[in-house]
Amino acid sequence: MTSLDLARWQFGITTVYHFLFVPLTIGLAVYVAYMQTRWYRTGDERWLRATKFWGKLMLISFALGVVTGIVQEFQFGMNWSNYSRYVGDIFGAPLAMEGLAAFFVESTFLGLWLFGWGRLPKKIHLACIWAVAGSTALSAFFILAANSWMQHPVGYEMVDGKPELTNIAAVLFNNTAIYAFAHTLLAALITASLVIISVSAYHLVRERETELHLGVLRRAFPVLAVAALVTVIVGHFNGVLMTKQQPMKMAAADAVFETTQGAGLSLFATGDFKQNPEGLNRNVEIPNVLSFITTGYPRGEIEGINDLNAEYQAKYGPGEYAPIVAVAYWSWRAMLGVGMLAFLIGAVGWWFAHRGKLKDSKRFLKWMVPAAALPFIANSAGWIFTEMGRQPWVVFGLLKTSDANSPSVSTAEVLITLIGFTLLYGVLAVIAGKIFFQKAKSGPDPEDTTEKKEDEPDLALAY
Amino acid sequence: MDISFLQVLWFILISILWLGYFVLEGFDFGVGMLIRAVGRNDPERRAVIHSIGPVWDGNEVWLLVAGGATFAAFPEWYATLFSGFYLALFLILGALIVRGVAFEFWGKRDDPTWRSRWEWALIIGSALPALLWGVGWANIVHGVPIGADGEFTGTLFDLLNPYALVGGLATLSIFLAHGAIFLALKTKGEIAVRARAIAVRATPAAAGIGTGFLAWTLIDQADRGGVQAVSAILAVGAAGALIAAAVLARRSDAQAFGATTAGIVLLFCALFTDLYPNAMVSSTDPAFNLTLTAASSSDYTLTVMTVVAVVLVPLVLLYQGWTYWVFRHRVGAEDFGDVRTPLDLLDRHARAEASDEPRATP
Repeated sequence: MTSLDLARWQFGITTVYHFLFVPLTIGLAVYVAYMQTRWYRTGDERWLRATKFWGKLMLISFALGVVTGIVQEFQFGMNWSNYSRYVGDIFGAPLAMEGLAAFFVESTFLGLWLFGWGRLPKKIHLACIWAVAGSTALSAFFILAANSWMQHPVGYEMVDGKPELTNIAAVLFNNTAIYAFAHTLLAALITASLVIISVSAYHLVRERETELHLGVLRRAFPVLAVAALVTVIVGHFNGVLMTKQQPMKMAAADAVFETTQGAGLSLFATGDFKQNPEGLNRNVEIPNVLSFITTGYPRGEIEGINDLNAEYQAKYGPGEYAPIVAVAYWSWRAMLGVGMLAFLIGAVGWWFAHRGKLKDSKRFLKWMVPAAALPFIANSAGWIFTEMGRQPWVVFGLLKTSDANSPSVSTAEVLITLIGFTLLYGVLAVIAGKIFFQKAKSGPDPEDTTEKKEDEPDLALAY
Repeated sequence: MDISFLQVLWFILISILWLGYFVLEGFDFGVGMLIRAVGRNDPERRAVIHSIGPVWDGNEVWLLVAGGATFAAFPEWYATLFSGFYLALFLILGALIVRGVAFEFWGKRDDPTWRSRWEWALIIGSALPALLWGVGWANIVHGVPIGADGEFTGTLFDLLNPYALVGGLATLSIFLAHGAIFLALKTKGEIAVRARAIAVRATPAAAGIGTGFLAWTLIDQADRGGVQAVSAILAVGAAGALIAAAVLARRSDAQAFGATTAGIVLLFCALFTDLYPNAMVSSTDPAFNLTLTAASSSDYTLTVMTVVAVVLVPLVLLYQGWTYWVFRHRVGAEDFGDVRTPLDLLDRHARAEASDEPRATP
């Protein structure tokens, strides 16, 4: 393996790992803020205990997201110095804004929320958790604006062979970024909903704290159903846009090799196992559906991989312009499949809740416990598709990944850090996973019966 | 090409971000290193963690923003520095990760082995970056092998030269002293007494090593460009502040803390001015120095970022300042001791009432 391959693996591993925690944290922050608001409004102790229970679980996810986030910011410079030199005029700005506008708020107000129980006035304390929820979402906005510029570069002009920023608004409000932002926030809500459903179902099956968990579940199912449905709609328009901006990615996602009118949606396909097999061995498809969802017309034309390849070779010079087709094809399907399933779960759960039968639907609830794994599969698959589907480009149409890594870093050095981060992240995953499951299984702390002075700080959530 | 106003402004802004980081996370590092020395049992160690619990994460963001701002304003600097100091940064990142989760995990299990493991993670995760940031910045100022193409041509071992190691020991000892004084200021009871005793011993050592490092920096800079006279004055000021801290550590925690803060600020200001107008100094050939002008983003990008910084930085200072105000009271082991009998509870309330510390009104 070359240092380029190793650097790519490192980016893949550290980014997918980081993104296990990010959507969970964003989603849970909203839920926890909502629970605390319910407590603030109703004074119902159950909501307070739910807030603290879910707050504790959110913190574990938060901590891992924060510590792995530093690596994300540093590795552009460490492993991708040529990329950093090339895009720095544009890419660095949203990154710096993310820190100034979002990370400072997030970290400071999380500290205030954690240690401010019983010390801050209730209203201000509640505002702190909403500030945390808002700023985690805001950080997603800036980093997605940066990433979307790599998918669809806008607001720049070429000066001495490098893109120079000419319009920051175009970069921040890039249509690609707006869709990605909506998509990511919805995915975060889906992730948190399914995790909450899983844990609450676990306790409901065992008939513990029925009222508390039912109260949470009754709200999580509709949120899940609506978020998943909207995701499908947003995802559809996102797909149409992507077909225009990165037709190769869409062609690879559907394994369309030759330009076709009235292309069918492939359900299952096999091809030779290589980067670009140039054709399929087996394909099961629903006629015309792909053309319909990507162009709006059943007979609409879908450009094929082979034709796009020829077109790009004429435009950008010789080379392979297709991503690894199997990866794009299956990651896209994993993401979509989970999305559909999430909607189904949400709808069925909502219906049970509506009929007041949730508590007695033990078999359904039992199935909900492992469902927590689903969103993590979809989130990872979604990013693997977005990033690997853009290959060979790191910045679409401007810079190839093979020209982006650090020339001064040796293969041995990348190998050392790759092994180091992977081992460290692996150990942390085991420890954090254990603690998370333990806390989730043990459930909310029992009602606090000790008498407390009004102004005594409450350290239930603090370290 | 002459350096532009915006480029100077951003060099100053990035310097301020680093200063904020070193002053704030400096005491976090010191506190982390001292957790076992100052805290002898669980409630005491919990008090030590709580002395920085609400703020450490916010303090670390100064580093993230310094990194992001360097990327935005001086991409060539970011690229050369981060790819060049590759393994050193890897060690720092690993240490910061372990340290960050140590705060969160330490209290999650009531088991002495578990706790002592995370205490050591905190100690090493604090000491290693405290040392390596000094090594790194000494190297940036001193110069490292950089070729004509602006790429770092050395290895990790080039960074471990005697001058840089003294720089690392200087930041390590200064942050340790800074943290000990912070703990003396922020805690009560036995832990405050122990922290003060450590501060009294650590601050003179830090002043000695810091002064030695600054003297070496002054001798070393003679044959290079830079605003040398200013740098020299700042270095003398830094040494003065550190020596003052050593004297004040025996008398007043607050004044000593002010002095170590001034010492850290002046020391790094001396390094930054020494570096100016370069971003990276090449030890291979001065012609290969990476100047701020050559490293900089376009005027437009710098203007955009200036607007963002002018609006947001005052806000950040405001709400971070407010956090320190909210959590201004001292913490002590008695705040975390287990309440076993109602007598303990009465005792605790009586103490809370007797203490004249101001509390936030609920």
